[in-house]
Amino acid sequence: MDFFSFFKKKSAPPSGSVAKDRLKLVLVHDRVNCSSQVLEMLKTDIIKVISNYMEIDDEELDIQITQTESDDKNGTVPVLYANIPIKSMRKVNQD
Amino acid sequence: MSEVIVITSGKGGVGKTTTSANLGCGLAIQGKKVALVDADIGLRNLDVVMGLENRIVYDLVDVVEGNCRLKQALIKDKRYEGLFLLPAAQTRDKDAVSPEQMQKLCENLKEEGFDYILIDCPAGIEQGFKNAIAGADRAVVVTTPEVSAVRDADRIIGLLEANGLNNPTLIVNRLRIDLVKRGEMMNIEDVTEILAVDILGVVPDDETIVIATNKGEPAVSNEESRAGQAYRNIVRRIMGEDVPLMTFEEEPETFMDKLKKLFRR
Repeated sequence: MDFFSFFKKKSAPPSGSVAKDRLKLVLVHDRVNCSSQVLEMLKTDIIKVISNYMEIDDEELDIQITQTESDDKNGTVPVLYANIPIKSMRKVNQD
Repeated sequence: MSEVIVITSGKGGVGKTTTSANLGCGLAIQGKKVALVDADIGLRNLDVVMGLENRIVYDLVDVVEGNCRLKQALIKDKRYEGLFLLPAAQTRDKDAVSPEQMQKLCENLKEEGFDYILIDCPAGIEQGFKNAIAGADRAVVVTTPEVSAVRDADRIIGLLEANGLNNPTLIVNRLRIDLVKRGEMMNIEDVTEILAVDILGVVPDDETIVIATNKGEPAVSNEESRAGQAYRNIVRRIMGEDVPLMTFEEEPETFMDKLKKLFRR
């Protein structure tokens, strides 16, 4: 803790760390080479398939590409993250 | 043993040409036989940075097209024994050369007995980039600690690896120590963490570079220059020595810095 930070007006993060965070986010998308259009198409397809089995909340749906630690600890790997709230199950004909 | 090293960056203006000139001179000072190849066809600059602009007769395209022999186009440096420049053509464009021709050129330079062949790559990811990396054995990526330069460096690293140039190393150029200390610039750890490559060197932002470039005398030979020292360290690392990264602690401390330290924790 820096004694002098008490006197600073407010502790906005220094621009260096802002730059780093922004870059990390941009590079996740650059590296997977996935445009927002493609992501939108993927999203529509996922909704279509899942809707065959369950009723989902389109409004609260969240699909994005982020990154996670890789298993072999060689840095990070991109992941497709999807948070899809289920409203109810549909009756599926099983034959 | 002969090695072809391409110096690249993606983004323009981060210091590829300055880096090429300084590393070339630095290696020559160490007694190596070095060829500097300016692959930026149409935007030739390595010659002025080296102070050799008045000596150009033939250029890279002349060699490739067979208008002259390789030896005729190589300009001998005026200061360092064993240092030669192959200038880019100024009145042609990047399509004047193909990757296969560049590969052949690199082979021929190796046969001439050069220890190091440094290729100054043009900015961008198009034909000029593909030409410049075609004959390279390894790649050095130059960046500055800014979002645009680091983003482009990341793209370039991906393209280098897709072209079989694995494990490129990184030079972070124009680091502003004062800004880093205030947290207003990304530090070396930030940049290497984001790009996930090994660091070859850190060059501080230094006015001696501007002065040296004005005169056409690379700063690597200037004992007083901090950037020159950084380049000398990089040269030794290229030659396989284990040289620790420059520390920037000897920056003069202000009274306020000292006072702040007293109160910390």
